[in-house]
Amino acid sequence: MIESLSLPTNYVTKPDAITTSSGKTIRSQEMIVNMGPQHPSTHGVLRLEIVVDGEIIVDCIPHIGYLHRCFEKHTEHMTNYQQVIPYTDRMDYCSAITNEWSYALAVERMLKIEVPERVEYIRVIMAELQRIASHLIAVGTYGIDSGAFTPFLYSFIDREKILDLFEMTCGARLLYNYVWVGGVSHDLPPGFVEKAKEFVTYFRPRITMLNDLLTYNEIFVKRTANVGVLPRDVAVNYACSGPMLRGSGVNWDLRRDDPYSVYHKFEWEPQVGKGEVGTIGDCWDRHIVRMREMEQSLNIIEQALAGLPEGNVQAAVPKRIRPEPGGEYYGRTESPRGELGFYVVSDGSASPYRVKARGPAFVNLSVLPEISRGAMIADLVLIAGSVDIVLGEVDR
Amino acid sequence: MDSLYAFLSQPLVLSVLLGAIPLVFIIVYALVVLYMEMKVAAHIQDRLAYMRTGWHGVLQPFADMLKLLQKEDVVPVQADQFLFRVAPYVVFAGTYAAYAVLPFSSIYVGANLNLGVFFLIAVSSLVVAGILMAGWASNNKWAIFGGLRSAAQMISYEIPTALSIVVATMIAGSLNLQDVTRFQDGGIQNWIVFGGTLPLTQKLLILPFTLITFVILFVASVAEVNRTPFDLPEAESELVQGFNTEYSGMRFAMFYLAEYANLFLVSAVAVSLFLGGWSSPFGSFLSGPVWGIFWFVMKAMVFVFMQIWIRWTLPRLRVDQLLYTSWKVLTPWLFACIVAIGFILVA
Repeated sequence: MIESLSLPTNYVTKPDAITTSSGKTIRSQEMIVNMGPQHPSTHGVLRLEIVVDGEIIVDCIPHIGYLHRCFEKHTEHMTNYQQVIPYTDRMDYCSAITNEWSYALAVERMLKIEVPERVEYIRVIMAELQRIASHLIAVGTYGIDSGAFTPFLYSFIDREKILDLFEMTCGARLLYNYVWVGGVSHDLPPGFVEKAKEFVTYFRPRITMLNDLLTYNEIFVKRTANVGVLPRDVAVNYACSGPMLRGSGVNWDLRRDDPYSVYHKFEWEPQVGKGEVGTIGDCWDRHIVRMREMEQSLNIIEQALAGLPEGNVQAAVPKRIRPEPGGEYYGRTESPRGELGFYVVSDGSASPYRVKARGPAFVNLSVLPEISRGAMIADLVLIAGSVDIVLGEVDR
Repeated sequence: MDSLYAFLSQPLVLSVLLGAIPLVFIIVYALVVLYMEMKVAAHIQDRLAYMRTGWHGVLQPFADMLKLLQKEDVVPVQADQFLFRVAPYVVFAGTYAAYAVLPFSSIYVGANLNLGVFFLIAVSSLVVAGILMAGWASNNKWAIFGGLRSAAQMISYEIPTALSIVVATMIAGSLNLQDVTRFQDGGIQNWIVFGGTLPLTQKLLILPFTLITFVILFVASVAEVNRTPFDLPEAESELVQGFNTEYSGMRFAMFYLAEYANLFLVSAVAVSLFLGGWSSPFGSFLSGPVWGIFWFVMKAMVFVFMQIWIRWTLPRLRVDQLLYTSWKVLTPWLFACIVAIGFILVA
């Protein structure tokens, strides 16, 4: 019924000059509008300076830094490597487990610690639960961006159940401080495995329901198909990662392509965008990649719960961690947003000499101007939403 | 007592009093629908909505209204003072004036105009002017976007609305809403949506076209009142609050009231033109002037409920898709319907 308006991807305006009867020349102008930092759909304190010609976006300049908290500098003033972990939580607060894990991975490589197998399994279970929770926020808020409010509340009901599992394990619901160097802070509590299995069986039909309600809705498809198309080469050139990259059809997932932990033991498939309703790499593809990744995460959780070995949850770690001076190590994991890495440099003292975080949301955001030119204001909201940024991580 | 009676029966006083009936109705109805909207939305979304102010939160709309009443009336310094202050009342006046021709019952209609339908289309256009005024006067870029979108949208959707009203008036042969309703009196089979009181063969021929027209009228009226999936003028995720971004307190409440009044208005128009207005669906059973009010309001409330239901289910269209739907889908279909119905009526 509804046909999309096709616009050139690189739309350039030529304001028409009109000469009035009195000899005056009037020219139509482009308008600069600030979207944010206080705006309902910039997902935090992002400011998008947009130049618009009517409703069409001529240019879009993201301004960041409203949530800068000097994370990297803070890490240099800790008295212990372990103390950095609560700070990493506060970067990507929607997915704290993967942040901790990336950092712990780098430090473990520095100290050449072998982590017990039970720890690896617990970490995988937690990270995949976290991925579902994070994708639920992404998908739910994406519904709001497109004007549908109800999917948001449905996904929050489900996310609540995951947070209950986290609370049961370590007491915290958002910022866990759970993954420690060499292990995890608490073993899984009694009853966790049953509850997690219950969640897996409960959640599968909910994904189908969310798909029926939002993903395959005619209006939603018309709004997101062929909008904000990110071509394969542009995605690679901008170093996009996560669903952003996979949505463009690049089959790249660190869990498979740079294997860490025990992911190689499980059967699962990275999901890529196939352009089912439009072009490969459009907003709908990024959305469906997230939806399908949740199913894959359920598969991984199921297998990890079944194969969970007994054992210790903490490797032997020296009380004061003092890595070799001059050691430079990089730990990266596939966070829900993409490649999240910590580059840790040691000078032999008790705290890191330098920690550099490679945040996927920050890198993915950099491609936003490229894919939003020529779109309409309503599209920009959806494009920015499909990038799935968390400002805590963009600004650090 | 006699002097009071004499005073009340003066024509001017009487007309003012009768004219105030819709206002009282709008306010009471707005409180009910406010409550209904929140509760329906909540149950669609698997939650409870307010439960603490009174039994199941029934007092919450009153609390909300009190809150809005006592809020500071902020007028931005850079705003166009006069237009900014007057815009909410223009919007409300447009809607309220249209209530004059609504036949609530066989004995109550504010003004029994022979050009009732025409008057209705004309005065409800005033709403667009008010919204444009609000958007422009706010001196806020998002508000201007909202105002302009709203103008484009309401003007576009007035065409299908007006055309589907034409269909009903063609069949009933009158522009007077009271007469159109009376034409359909006598039970569900006489409603214009099912072909009206025409001979059986004509009725069967006309039936598909009246059904299509009715569906189009419903879609167009959802767009007329700026509700999801056509809520672009106040699209929260895009335009913050659209044309009423800068409004607060009582002025904001006026917009709100006008929106809900408009919601009932479009439903009531659809009901009186196509669904028999105040007439009982069971012929003479439960009919009469008082039952008339009941049927009229209940039929309209079904539509209000459907609009709420749609609002909490669907995403929003983009502005070009919205205009496309109006100009390239609804309007051509309606032209086809008008031509077909015209032929059937003449033949």
